[in-house]
Amino acid sequence: MTTRLLSAAVPHGTTDLAHHRAVHGALPVLGRGDADALVDVLTAAGLRGRGGAGFPAARKLAAVAGSRRPFVVVNGTEGEPASSKDRLLLGRQPHLVLDGAVTAARVVGAGEVVVVAPAATHDAVARAIDDRAARDEPAIRLVAAAEGYVAGEETAVLAHVEGRPPVPRLAPPRPAERGLDGRPTLVQNVETLAHLALIVRHGADWFRAVGTPERPGTTLVSVSGAVARRGVHEVPVGVPVDDVLRLAGGPGEPVRALLVGGYFGAWIDGAARPALTDRDLRPHGASVGAGVVIALGASACPVRTVARLASWMSGQSAGQCGSCVNGLAAIAGVLVRLADGDGTPDDLRLLHRWTAMVDGRGACAHPTGTVRMIASAARLFAVDLEDHAHHGRCAACAGTGRAAATAHGRAGAVAA
Amino acid sequence: MRRAADREAAPALALDPIACVGHGLCAELFPEGIVLDDWGFPIVLDEASDPALRDHARRAAKACPALALRLRARG
Repeated sequence: MTTRLLSAAVPHGTTDLAHHRAVHGALPVLGRGDADALVDVLTAAGLRGRGGAGFPAARKLAAVAGSRRPFVVVNGTEGEPASSKDRLLLGRQPHLVLDGAVTAARVVGAGEVVVVAPAATHDAVARAIDDRAARDEPAIRLVAAAEGYVAGEETAVLAHVEGRPPVPRLAPPRPAERGLDGRPTLVQNVETLAHLALIVRHGADWFRAVGTPERPGTTLVSVSGAVARRGVHEVPVGVPVDDVLRLAGGPGEPVRALLVGGYFGAWIDGAARPALTDRDLRPHGASVGAGVVIALGASACPVRTVARLASWMSGQSAGQCGSCVNGLAAIAGVLVRLADGDGTPDDLRLLHRWTAMVDGRGACAHPTGTVRMIASAARLFAVDLEDHAHHGRCAACAGTGRAAATAHGRAGAVAA
Repeated sequence: MRRAADREAAPALALDPIACVGHGLCAELFPEGIVLDDWGFPIVLDEASDPALRDHARRAAKACPALALRLRARG
């Protein structure tokens, strides 16, 4: 398999600066005068944000370049429970992430980089920052990431760094216009910056040598659910999803369905097995997103799984928008009733009505991302939902507890 | 019936869903452009940006007790 981001990996540890530089080479020193050149090379490379939304990295950089006293924020919040690639990079390849952040800061003229990282990675990141201290680089500040699904949304990250509750605000103005302390701020995902650190070394053609024309490069994929080993793997964009499952030790049983792209993603049929690129996933309503693949085994009840996902996502609402607070709770409620065999065909009708009603609402992507994931499940598992609505709990439910009892538990076991 | 959120361009009548607490006056004053969802929160329809209904849209925006509706200037 092609490894780029992980090519300097050392077993069970953090790659130190000497080994990092030995494998990847010295970091080219760019400055404010190189902003246009970097925007051009990122455009040519076709690098898109790897936090989930897939916004072109060049445009985000260009929006902040040339503004007065901007900030660069490294977003390692990773609120997505099924994703662990950003903490893997921060904990094991911190210098690659910092190379990208420092480069971005130099070209946009930022005097400070703020790294928002989970506490578990702080030893590794703090040591990496110390190791680089003698170099002529912008100051790097480390902030413990907030917990919660919406805490990773970029305006929520900024609120957290400013000491306020980590909840999104209405945008625009985007952080590029009005970010930390009201100043223009480049908020970029950890993996995106790691790719940037390699693109400034090797160029756009090198980046495009793997992946697909539409989505070039490699991507980190977090695989979990009905596989032998949950974990993170680096693959070229566009590999068959079967390859990704194989890297995780293969499925332990026939795969009924895959949740691709994370909890904002879409459920696709286990028999479909598309390539992991947006062009192939789009017909299924999915995208690569933050590189999450969750396998649902044939022995699990999909209605229960979706009910638990919906309940968890409802609980993760920031509580600011009426459509999100009420809509997600109502949708989770009907799904839990259906999962527990207490539902009726009318609940099924309400499920469809409410997923459509909430779509496109809210200040951030939380309600829309959640209902689109649920709507994809309602399409794919229509027969199972009908079965639950008319006949109660199914054969796969036997021996399991009530969804209502576990609805507010941890999401980690959702698709296990 | 299309929602303003589905449009490419910014709608003439913009809702701040965080500021909105669901008084519902907007839907009462401007039913052609705003309907309430099953929980009493407004859904801004595409029709809300119809230039012919601009006076109605302005009235709804002015009436919002939460100042959650804004009529954008547009040509």
